[in-house]
Amino acid sequence: MSQEVLDLVVEKVHGFLGEEVLAFEEPEPEPEEEPKEDEKPKRRKKPEPKIERPADLNFGRPMIILDSDKWSVELAKMLRDDEELQFDFLSCVTGVDYDEHMEVIYNFYSTVKDYYLGVKIKTPRDNPSVASIEPLWKAADYMEREVYDLLGIDFPGHWNMKRILLQDEWEGHPLRKDYVTDKKALGLD
Amino acid sequence: MSINTEEMILNMGPQHPSTHGVFRLKLHVNGETITKAEPVMGYLHRGSEKLAEGFIYTQFIPYTDRLDYMNAMTNNYIYCAGVEKLLDWEIPERAEYLRIITMELNRIASHQLWWGTYLLDIGALSPFLYALRDRETVLDRLNEISGARMTFNYMRIGGVKWDAPDGWIEKVKESVKVLRENIAEYDELVTGNEIFQARTMNVGTLTKEQVINWGLSGPIARGSGVDIDIRKTEPYSIYDRFDFEVPVETKGDAYARYKVRIAELHQSLNIIEQACEQIPAEGDIIHKKGARIMMIKPPAAEAYTRAEASKGEIGVYVVSNGKTKPYRVKLRRPSFVNVSILQDMLVGESIQNVVAIFGSLDVVLGEVDA
Repeated sequence: MSQEVLDLVVEKVHGFLGEEVLAFEEPEPEPEEEPKEDEKPKRRKKPEPKIERPADLNFGRPMIILDSDKWSVELAKMLRDDEELQFDFLSCVTGVDYDEHMEVIYNFYSTVKDYYLGVKIKTPRDNPSVASIEPLWKAADYMEREVYDLLGIDFPGHWNMKRILLQDEWEGHPLRKDYVTDKKALGLD
Repeated sequence: MSINTEEMILNMGPQHPSTHGVFRLKLHVNGETITKAEPVMGYLHRGSEKLAEGFIYTQFIPYTDRLDYMNAMTNNYIYCAGVEKLLDWEIPERAEYLRIITMELNRIASHQLWWGTYLLDIGALSPFLYALRDRETVLDRLNEISGARMTFNYMRIGGVKWDAPDGWIEKVKESVKVLRENIAEYDELVTGNEIFQARTMNVGTLTKEQVINWGLSGPIARGSGVDIDIRKTEPYSIYDRFDFEVPVETKGDAYARYKVRIAELHQSLNIIEQACEQIPAEGDIIHKKGARIMMIKPPAAEAYTRAEASKGEIGVYVVSNGKTKPYRVKLRRPSFVNVSILQDMLVGESIQNVVAIFGSLDVVLGEVDA
């Protein structure tokens, strides 16, 4: 079931963008080394390196990964309005900071079709920016503002992009990994 | 004769008795009609998500209690369930039942307190006393099993902290009987009251489209005819083993939301009753690794997990990088999303309905501000 939804989403996204951004060539598996006879068998196998596929099932749920320049409000509109998808409910917006890039993850749910979809959007760490979907899902209003407030990712297209939890004059974005906590000011030092 | 009016800005809060916490509403009013509403929040912000990144996995559980402190059991559960998903652990049978019983008891306590305070907000004092009397029965049971009345810290990654004390299940069964009678009184006392109906019927009406577009969930969504309860649509834990209904009303006003919550009280009692019958008499209460290992290391992965709290969809997005501390914990708090609708639904309403509408959303500020 989930695999069919994923295939459908990939097909629709490719059709919309006109290029196969979610295509992925499976790397050839490395041939297994045969253990030499005089060598002791290794106790533990090395964990296989995780391969990130742009369209895959994540814990049984479809998830696609896009770059922020491919993501647009029009693409989001297609996900919401397409007869076969109808992702009308936005569950969650998450922002994550990595060393080289930042990610925004949208979790969608279709109340009509009972489908789930995760959309992960990667954006560069300097001037992170992801097209806002607030004009389509009002649920994104506060959730995108929260991501902006705590991680500093900009959402162009949002009607009211300003801080929401911290005060307006706050400096920095606390959930960034390089944010320096002033322990002295907090009385922790 | 025409009367000249001009727009005025009226501040409601941050210290206002009916916001049940520190929440500020900046209302632009023209005469008695609201032209614009701006919720201002963050007074209770404690940086929970940032704190999570500095702790090992198990240390964050007590902090989830302090989000929605009226419904702390489900907060405990969702964080543990989110981590368990990454670990791929199976939870012992008895622990699952204890989780269900405590979560549903907590849902009852949460709805009861809402019922009492909502009526207090719109001018009825005595229901508050009834609500607190009955909530005491629930809190006693939860206190006996977890040792706390509100911030339980009861769930653990892989199971629960304590087994039920001797005779506790019997006591819960007794309490269900008492509560069933008490909750029936609510209908006699309030539901048919003409003044109450005049204050809540056709007030703060939300359409189905509005509810879905604004991401509202829980009793608010079900009051507007959206038949979604995550316990049914995506049964987590062992909710698929119980026979219960999802109450739905179609009118979408404050009265419909009231009716949904009252009906949910009865359904929660049904679930508890069945769980008390089915629970295995003995068995493990925590996954054997969860009981032994303090430094839990989930494999590098990430997942979104969701559940039905008393306020709506609660979710957690956990990102692990294979170390002992979570790389990122995102908490989807239902009240935070639900409160955003105020910008839309208060416009054009009369100022005397603000409290009746705000109260009907059942917002807890600890959860809004995280």
